[in-house]
Amino acid sequence: MTALVEVEGLVKTFGTGEAATRVLRGLSLTLQAGELTALLGPSGSGKSTLLTILGTLMKPSSGSHRMLGVDLVAADDRALTAFRNLHIGFVFQFHNLLPDFTALENVIFPTAVREGRETAAARARGRKLLTRMGLGERIDFPSAKLSGGQKQRVAVARALMNRPELVLADEPTGNLDRVSAMQVMDLIAEINRDEGTTFLISTHDEKIASLCRRQIVVGDGAVAG
Amino acid sequence: MLYGLKIALRYLTASKAQTALLVLGVAVGVFIFIFMSALIGGLAEFILSRTVGDISHVTIKAEDADPPILISPDGHVLAVVEQGRARTATLADAATWVPLIETVPGVTAVSPQITGAGFLTRGAQVAQVGVTGLEPGRESAILDLDGYMVEGTARLGSGLIVLGQTLADDLSLRLGQTLRLQSSGGVSTVLTLSGIYRTGNGMMDRSSIFVSLPTARTLFALPQGVTRIEIKLADLNAADATALRIRALTGLDAVPWTDGAEQLMEALNAQAQTGYFLKSFALITIVIGVASALLLSTYRRRPEIGIMRAMGAGRSFVVFVFVTQGALVGLLGGLSGAALGYLALLPFPTRDAFRPGTLPMDITQGSYGLAITLTVLGAILASILPARAAARVDPVTAIGQ
Repeated sequence: MTALVEVEGLVKTFGTGEAATRVLRGLSLTLQAGELTALLGPSGSGKSTLLTILGTLMKPSSGSHRMLGVDLVAADDRALTAFRNLHIGFVFQFHNLLPDFTALENVIFPTAVREGRETAAARARGRKLLTRMGLGERIDFPSAKLSGGQKQRVAVARALMNRPELVLADEPTGNLDRVSAMQVMDLIAEINRDEGTTFLISTHDEKIASLCRRQIVVGDGAVAG
Repeated sequence: MLYGLKIALRYLTASKAQTALLVLGVAVGVFIFIFMSALIGGLAEFILSRTVGDISHVTIKAEDADPPILISPDGHVLAVVEQGRARTATLADAATWVPLIETVPGVTAVSPQITGAGFLTRGAQVAQVGVTGLEPGRESAILDLDGYMVEGTARLGSGLIVLGQTLADDLSLRLGQTLRLQSSGGVSTVLTLSGIYRTGNGMMDRSSIFVSLPTARTLFALPQGVTRIEIKLADLNAADATALRIRALTGLDAVPWTDGAEQLMEALNAQAQTGYFLKSFALITIVIGVASALLLSTYRRRPEIGIMRAMGAGRSFVVFVFVTQGALVGLLGGLSGAALGYLALLPFPTRDAFRPGTLPMDITQGSYGLAITLTVLGAILASILPARAAARVDPVTAIGQ
């Protein structure tokens, strides 16, 4: 397998002076393409900060971050935005859908925002993804009226819309009941298997982590195991 | 950018009550703008029509003859102006100039005239009057004599005279009676009263009389030419430019009505400036209203902006979405306010039918297009600050809210 993501000596410090807090302390990590990886660690260990940096939503204080061979530390905001849109998908704990839009409109957002309009091809892919997520009957439903599990499945579909190489999921099942959580995880595993999409899933749940082929434990701002 | 427009529209329609209130606020501002434009414009029109509507907009007078020059023995030049002589200066080639002046763009009427002073006698009663000789067929070219007639007709013919109601009352005159008119040069003639007018201007109704141009020629011993040419324009604000044009065309000393009307112009300018201030305040209110509403919307939608940014929406896309919202609010508010303003102005009398006691609102001076354009521009300007604030939202912080 080839390295999809490579981070080396990643340091992230918030605040300055006496109030400075070092969250990541020289973290190094490599993700291979097609991996299904769980990111484990106690609260405050730096999992979310790592995901945020890997998702190009934040830059590290120091260290290197490369994905698909691109130096993402040196890239400017415009380049990072375009890179994120094409190559990275996000699934958040609280689904974070756009409440005034339908399920389909939420799913096709990443493509529409890049192309400047909602194309027929994007709508077709969005419908296909939602059907695959078991939401074929909820395609044009206002997202605000969906259940928690349904919203999270819409969020997974949205993360996959642009066929990204990497999907970052921050506690994707943390807000769901056990049945919904397992449904979402089954979908993620299925997509990883069928399409080879790389997933990095931050979780506290050992059972969820056990569904992933690789586990990375973060502790005190570095990879602990 | 079509997609940005869709997002902006969705945000506006998602909060219908809030958007409706915002559009209403803008519409009220536009309504005030239009109402003030119509009022200030109508008032200026009213004042102008009442003050200079019935006078010549450009006047060409015969230049007085140069005073005789006496050369004194020691070489000094002495100029002497003789007082009390009858006017002899004339525009000898008026017959040539009048058709030429009529072709000047903006000129609606040209009236060659002979003016002078005289005494009107009926029995033992004598009144000093100003005499104006008008060309038959052009009696109402400058002063709307036809419109002011209370008895008889304004049509002037040989041996006929038209005078003001106050003078008629003073001399106890009735239509058809004969009068003797003696010019300042001593020439007298007998005339028949054919019409009585009332302009509402006391001085004029008491001392101005009108006779035909041939009658005036006899009275003032001017076998040819006239003493002045009065010119009426479609747009009295174009008087300065038209006067210059006529001067260049004819070489005659054409004088616009604005010469010597500085006080009136100052008053009108002050009134216009007051209007600009009031309209500016209305626009500022619109800008502040739109800016504050969009800032609030930006704050409320911070998490969504964060999600959009995380999904690959650039800062420029976020700016476009919020600026478009501002532009749409401005456009909707502008159109609604303009429609409201137009409807509110409909019941007011037209500019030609202003009556005492009514507001001289001029529906044609509502500046509708300007109001809508300025409102849209103002709303766009007002939305730039909130839009930039939205674009600066940190997605990590916003999503974490």
